[in-house]
Amino acid sequence: MTCRLRDVANARSGDKGNCLNIALVCRDPADYAAVAKAVTVERVREAFAARKPTQVVRYDLPKLAAFNFVLDNVLEGGVNSSLGLDGHGKSLSFLLLDMPID
Amino acid sequence: MATVYIGGAAGFAGDRSDAGVPLAAALAKCDGPRFLMYEMLAERTLALCQIERRKNPQHGYSPALERMLTPVLAPCLAAGIKIVGNFGAANPQAAARKLAAMAGAQKLRPPRIAVVEGDDLSGVLTREELAACETGGALLKTAREIVSANVYLGARPIADALDQGADIVVTGRVADSALALGTLLHAFEWRAADWDKLAAGTMAGHLLECGAQVTGGYFADPGCKDVPDLAHVGYPIAEVGDGGGIVMTKPDGTGGVVNRLTVIEQLLYEIHDPSAYLAPDVVLDLMNVEVAEIGNDRVRVTGARGKPAPDTLKATVCVDGGLLGEAEISYAGPGAAARAQLAADVIRRRVGEKAPNLRIRVDAIGAVSILGATDAPPALRDDGPQDVRLRFAAQSSDRAEIDVMLDEVEALYCAGPAGGAGVRRRVTPRLASTSCLIERRYTRPRVTMLEPS
Repeated sequence: MTCRLRDVANARSGDKGNCLNIALVCRDPADYAAVAKAVTVERVREAFAARKPTQVVRYDLPKLAAFNFVLDNVLEGGVNSSLGLDGHGKSLSFLLLDMPID
Repeated sequence: MATVYIGGAAGFAGDRSDAGVPLAAALAKCDGPRFLMYEMLAERTLALCQIERRKNPQHGYSPALERMLTPVLAPCLAAGIKIVGNFGAANPQAAARKLAAMAGAQKLRPPRIAVVEGDDLSGVLTREELAACETGGALLKTAREIVSANVYLGARPIADALDQGADIVVTGRVADSALALGTLLHAFEWRAADWDKLAAGTMAGHLLECGAQVTGGYFADPGCKDVPDLAHVGYPIAEVGDGGGIVMTKPDGTGGVVNRLTVIEQLLYEIHDPSAYLAPDVVLDLMNVEVAEIGNDRVRVTGARGKPAPDTLKATVCVDGGLLGEAEISYAGPGAAARAQLAADVIRRRVGEKAPNLRIRVDAIGAVSILGATDAPPALRDDGPQDVRLRFAAQSSDRAEIDVMLDEVEALYCAGPAGGAGVRRRVTPRLASTSCLIERRYTRPRVTMLEPS
């Protein structure tokens, strides 16, 4: 059965300069392995393709049933340079949460 | 000593001024050393304060100081709750004098106010020297003028200030988490090489430094993540033991929630490599952290590991970033999408002719503004939304260029597509920022007590 990542996990965006991190936390720790399998670096790169990340890294935190994604150079220069409305990237966690998963 | 209690009353300068009141009331009932922490100094905030200080040497502290501290001064002084905050911004001495005056105006006993300085690198390092230690960019090589350059100090000077009997510790730029770690170094007499304890104290600070972000703020998502009484969300309290054990909670009777998920979301907020979060006093490793719900709105956080502090300190340097121009106009009803598309095309043509070097960003708010492509103009479908607010944005150091765009958007009223409505336009000065890694020998943190007037 297909659902959205938002149905099983939480996400929170944070910025550092032009880099974005998204913490992804399984609501039920039992889903950790399935989320690990579904939300690969390749799929995250695909979801953020419009922002042309120069690097995407996933850090796994099994004791927290969580992941930390770091996407480099996706904030149009960051909060002090971006022409967009969301220079912090605060809304971008929901771009990740919209990902379909099995 | 059993437990230290630290309340996190502010996560930024624009935070709620009434948030500290329930925290001070809850802390007043706790038995042990108690502190109220204010983190109010985003990168840009400090640069803006530096500009204010240059205009008036009595200014340059956080413009939110009076609004934020007025409600808590009396209850904190009465209960012996110490206040620690970076609201000193670019002028901690002036902030201390302001706090003394505020206490006087409220007829409180004169508080002992300590000032932590030494973060300001202007006059210490030249633009060329800063440019040589810039990381991940070359902004400073070509920058005309440095607006502000401040190094993130660690927790030791805050602890020293508390050791000297301060009721209130005013800092400029320090690591956000150091505001909490400093209170713990003071209360527990942790040593500089107790890496795991320093890591735990840094983690506690990290969980507190964004205020309500650990108690249900920046979290609520109706249907998925419901938060009770978000309108009155309680701000966090960390209960920290001598061994570095932490319990996160919030005052009774407040809204919000503290659970495994609120804590983990904040634990990883703005973290990059979770095995090596660099702070001035320690490198924090979160890989073995465990989070357990142990009661109603009570979460135990354990397992922080520490590695020796980095050799260098991070500094944020701000330079003039020109002007941001923004103008908006709305189209609504049948055909709104096509009319908005036409308006965007008209602006691109006309600004392209008159200011060919100006890059314009176009957003269609409500349709494509946040999650779409960043460079391409929004492609609005004819069957698209019937309520579109177009936003045009451009950056330049040339005011005339910005005005070309703003004037052209305003002219859409009479000369653009039908029904163009509600033009708003504004120009905001910008600051660009970058990071440098500074050798510790260039920084001389110092603590002084404000002399009673």
